[in-house]
Amino acid sequence: MTDQTAAAPRAVKAERHATLRRLLGTPTGAVASLVVAAFVIAALAAPLVAPYDPNAIDPINRMQGPSAAHWLGTDQLGRDLLSRIVFGTRTALYIALTGTGAALGVGMAMGMIAGLGGKILDSALVLLNDSIKSLPLVLFALALVTIYGASVPALIVIIAISMAPGYFRVVRNQVLVLNNADFIVAAQSMGASRLRLAATHMLPNLIGPILVLIAMDIPAVIGIESGLSFLGQGIQPPQSSWGNMLSEGYTYVRQAPHIAIAAGLPIVLSTIAFTFLGETLRDALDPRRAVRT
Amino acid sequence: MSAPVLALDNVSIRYPSAPAAAVRNVSFEVGTGETLGIVGESGSGKSTLAAAMMGLLPRGSCVTGSLRFEGRDLFGQMTERDLRQLRGRDIATIAQDPFTALNPVMKIGRQLDIFQHWYHDRPRAERKARILEMLEQVRLSDPDVRMQQYPHQLSGGILQRVSIAAALLAEPKLLIADEPTTALDATTEAQILGIMAEAKETLRGATVFITHDMSVVERLCDRIAVLYAGELVETGTVAEVLGNPQHPYTKALLECDPARIEEPTSELPTIGGTVPALDDRPAGCIFEPRCPSAVARCRAEAPLRHDLGPRRSAACHLVTP
Repeated sequence: MTDQTAAAPRAVKAERHATLRRLLGTPTGAVASLVVAAFVIAALAAPLVAPYDPNAIDPINRMQGPSAAHWLGTDQLGRDLLSRIVFGTRTALYIALTGTGAALGVGMAMGMIAGLGGKILDSALVLLNDSIKSLPLVLFALALVTIYGASVPALIVIIAISMAPGYFRVVRNQVLVLNNADFIVAAQSMGASRLRLAATHMLPNLIGPILVLIAMDIPAVIGIESGLSFLGQGIQPPQSSWGNMLSEGYTYVRQAPHIAIAAGLPIVLSTIAFTFLGETLRDALDPRRAVRT
Repeated sequence: MSAPVLALDNVSIRYPSAPAAAVRNVSFEVGTGETLGIVGESGSGKSTLAAAMMGLLPRGSCVTGSLRFEGRDLFGQMTERDLRQLRGRDIATIAQDPFTALNPVMKIGRQLDIFQHWYHDRPRAERKARILEMLEQVRLSDPDVRMQQYPHQLSGGILQRVSIAAALLAEPKLLIADEPTTALDATTEAQILGIMAEAKETLRGATVFITHDMSVVERLCDRIAVLYAGELVETGTVAEVLGNPQHPYTKALLECDPARIEEPTSELPTIGGTVPALDDRPAGCIFEPRCPSAVARCRAEAPLRHDLGPRRSAACHLVTP
């Protein structure tokens, strides 16, 4: 009997790390986490990781292929491509995180209000979000950039507006389901206020789907940023961004194809890694799955 | 008896956009220390009454008559804010299905702590001590471990014990248990009923026990209210009603209780027909279409409540006081 009671707390403690284990336990999950971690480290410690100043021009060594001195070669101004990619990672992740964060905040607030508020409020917010969703993203973004000028804050606002409806939809639907859940009614019958219901009982039930959506959205945001920068409407040179590097490389693709390849590589790699991370996260976070494995 | 904890007087409840009232002219009282069993088939208005007792009817529901908790009318005199302050402190509930009544992403200990939100001025250690005490009272093994677990890791019996503990934590003056054993298997049901019986002893207030099982009423309750299609057909003490049922519906229900059948039979008796639909109520007595002893008068005229003694009544033409 004493053995049993001693073993039980250990089992509980192990359960706490089960989600992490399930995430890293699958090959795709482990590789995706590793790649994402590498990008995050590159972004955080860019000055330490980058071998050169990303903006240092060296006309003598311009358009050089990969070598021991420049692992990924140099661009048309002789700037080190690896260093520019590392600093571009910083730009990409900064915009991805702030853009998704802003979208999450706005979308979640609207979703909660729609789900918990009255019918008219709900219909109005659904209409608003569906209208935004129906806009063609690239044209919408280009229009905004034309009006307000290309800058990092403008980019973040564009991303927040275009991504918020996704969070709105998930949060609203989840809240509508939870509204009729027995445990919400039970909490209500124990005297919980609406604010308490939303904050302590609903919010924890929203975290799973939202985390997955964030991981799935980050590659999309990276795509938007790169796309707009490629079109010259996002990050402005000389600040390095994967998109404007790709655009510059495209100009010289006949003379020095390695520039475009080097710039495209991180876009492809990060998009795949974040998508797979999102998918494994979705599987790992399902609390009911925990019992079976 | 002192002033009743809960007193219903001619209560009718109609849901928004429903063709007719789900509960009609129901009156009964529950006093301090008493346990009232509300019995009826599905659709007899039991759960509607339970929701009404907590003031948790859907918005737009129409309530007539008075439903008084400690003398205050829940629907006339109290604002939503007043009602909310009753719930979880003066009135607590035990849900029907323990599997869905607890938040799936929150540990048991944290949920029980949240259920004490009316007592948040108490120090954390004291709240935890109360939780442990309650979990021991509902005879949960390893309460420390259980508090660190999530609902999906526990069985229905354990979850229902947790729900009971949650309700007891509130130290309610009125405890409402809405079919707390329906979702459980027979063995667990017996255990839970045992725990309920013990819990009742420690509770100073009144208990309302909603069930369709006569043997549960017999075991746990002092008084009984039999509902049929939203109407109160008979009420009294358990001994009186079960020993000497007056209304034909009560008699029929008791005849159908397998525990009361003495001779072994291959076929269990049933009550023929079904409960009338909300929009298709008979003009006379509501039970007349299924009643074995119906007479012409039953078809034409709805019976009034006949008092058969102190707090004992039946609604039937054939009853002679």
